[in-house]
Amino acid sequence: METVMELFKELDWSPLFISLKTGAAATFVSFFLGIFAARKAVRASGGKKAVLDGILTLPMVLPPTAAGFFLLLLFSRRRPLGSFLYEQFDFKVVQTWLGCVIAATVIAFPLMYRNARAAFEQIDVNLVYAGRTLGMSETEIFWRVVVPSAGPGIASGTVLTFARALGEYGATSMLAGNIPGKTGTISQKIAMVIQDGDYLTAGIWVGVVIVIALAIVILMNLISGKRMKTVKRW
Amino acid sequence: MSLSVNVKKRFPDFSLDVRFESSASRIGILGASGCGKSMTLKCIAGIETPDQGEILLGPRVMYRSADRICVKPQKRNIGYLFQNYALFPTMTVAKNVGAGLKGSRRQKEERVREMLHTFQLEGLEERLPGELSGGQQQRVALARIMAYEPEVILLDEPFSALDQFLKDRLQQELYEMLEAYAGTVILVSHDRDEIYRFSEELLVMDRGRVITGGKTRELFADPGYLEAARLTGCKNFSRVQRTGAHRMEALDWGIGLQCKREIPGNIAYVGFRAHEFVPVWGEKKENCIRFRLAGSAELPFEKNFYILPENEQARENLCWFLQKDKWELLREKGLPDYLELPESRLLFLTG
Repeated sequence: METVMELFKELDWSPLFISLKTGAAATFVSFFLGIFAARKAVRASGGKKAVLDGILTLPMVLPPTAAGFFLLLLFSRRRPLGSFLYEQFDFKVVQTWLGCVIAATVIAFPLMYRNARAAFEQIDVNLVYAGRTLGMSETEIFWRVVVPSAGPGIASGTVLTFARALGEYGATSMLAGNIPGKTGTISQKIAMVIQDGDYLTAGIWVGVVIVIALAIVILMNLISGKRMKTVKRW
Repeated sequence: MSLSVNVKKRFPDFSLDVRFESSASRIGILGASGCGKSMTLKCIAGIETPDQGEILLGPRVMYRSADRICVKPQKRNIGYLFQNYALFPTMTVAKNVGAGLKGSRRQKEERVREMLHTFQLEGLEERLPGELSGGQQQRVALARIMAYEPEVILLDEPFSALDQFLKDRLQQELYEMLEAYAGTVILVSHDRDEIYRFSEELLVMDRGRVITGGKTRELFADPGYLEAARLTGCKNFSRVQRTGAHRMEALDWGIGLQCKREIPGNIAYVGFRAHEFVPVWGEKKENCIRFRLAGSAELPFEKNFYILPENEQARENLCWFLQKDKWELLREKGLPDYLELPESRLLFLTG
């Protein structure tokens, strides 16, 4: 027991903050991108929709390392785009916190997109028609009618996105690496200490992750549960 | 305000080809479900775009395929009352009513207050649509439409999902609220009573086309077409053979019918409403049938008899509906010997 307390005192908490920051940033970006993409997908028709949906969903079904491979292809400084960004804008992605965010965003984005899309598709289309005949602009209809009506779906999408971004490992380790204090997220920390056989430290971090994840999911359920009191329980 | 519609729209299993013109202020469109009447309304409102044609509202062109004009629904100034009212579920009553308003915040608030007052919604401003009764929802929906003063209001089967009692109440309420409205109102329904009660002029639609139109009362009295007669509630039909200017054979009933009116040359069917039979005891008159009772059903306020004419050719059951106050007669005298089809009540129909 004392060793655990000892460990707690000496523990470097940076992975926690890096993970939370990464998760929050990735969720923020995915939130808007996901809603935007979902709107496009719902309004697209037929074949275009199928292709668009396939591409947007791909990161969810691909192994994260495959996503990492593509991200490296894009952003590595030995590649055209990566070197261009670095030389023109001093913009570094590989081995930086930005890399963490980009990796987590790419992997978690489909969860936001798919949940938002499902929620939009379930909206009574007459609401949109009514908005139009009432003279509301398409943008106004979307933000004032569609998004609020899709509230629960969007909320759960946000939760899942955050949870997924928080735990991202594969693509992150390839793109951002595991630099302590900079890109060392909790999941990378766990993998690293396990390799050293340090099950105690790994266990502590696993505990931390479980607590955060559970707390956020419960919190969001409470919030969306309160807002959706008109929905019947069954 | 005159309305002129001439549109075509193809669907995989159905095609819409609607043409009509009307300057009546209360227009009804009667048709069975799936006949394209809602689609017609959606084209007028601009929610759906026809493949070709033209829609004119007074002098304004709403749609004209030849000139590639298609005014957005936002700019048409046409109100649409949906069957489920389509109130925005996350907005309060006041926000719903003000949703489409333009102008300064003060102006909007003023207008919303006015509408809430007119439609007796005061005290419900902060409620969500889910917390309202059906009648209140209808008032909110109408207030929301009226708030921006549309030139035309389209009512898309507003009562078809309601139980009978609520339906009567809400119909009455809606028609009262619309009384003060000077613009054009179009009601679409499959319910002949609703249409009869509401509309000055009537269009009858069948399989994507307007088959006939005219003044509602005249059209109910003389529908002219088989399908129109059916939709206006006529129950009995027979193919006919015209044997003279004033004589025809009702083939499916196996009887000859005499008329003082001249029978049109293109007559294909004769129709007869179930309430119009006159029971005859004793001597046979003109246009009378002997019949056998095939079945009967008692309803709260009327009795339905299903009868088969007594002759070789007859193959169709006829419906004879009798109001409750006339049952007494039957109880006294028993079933009549004959049923008379008064010639003035015969409907001359073409296919």
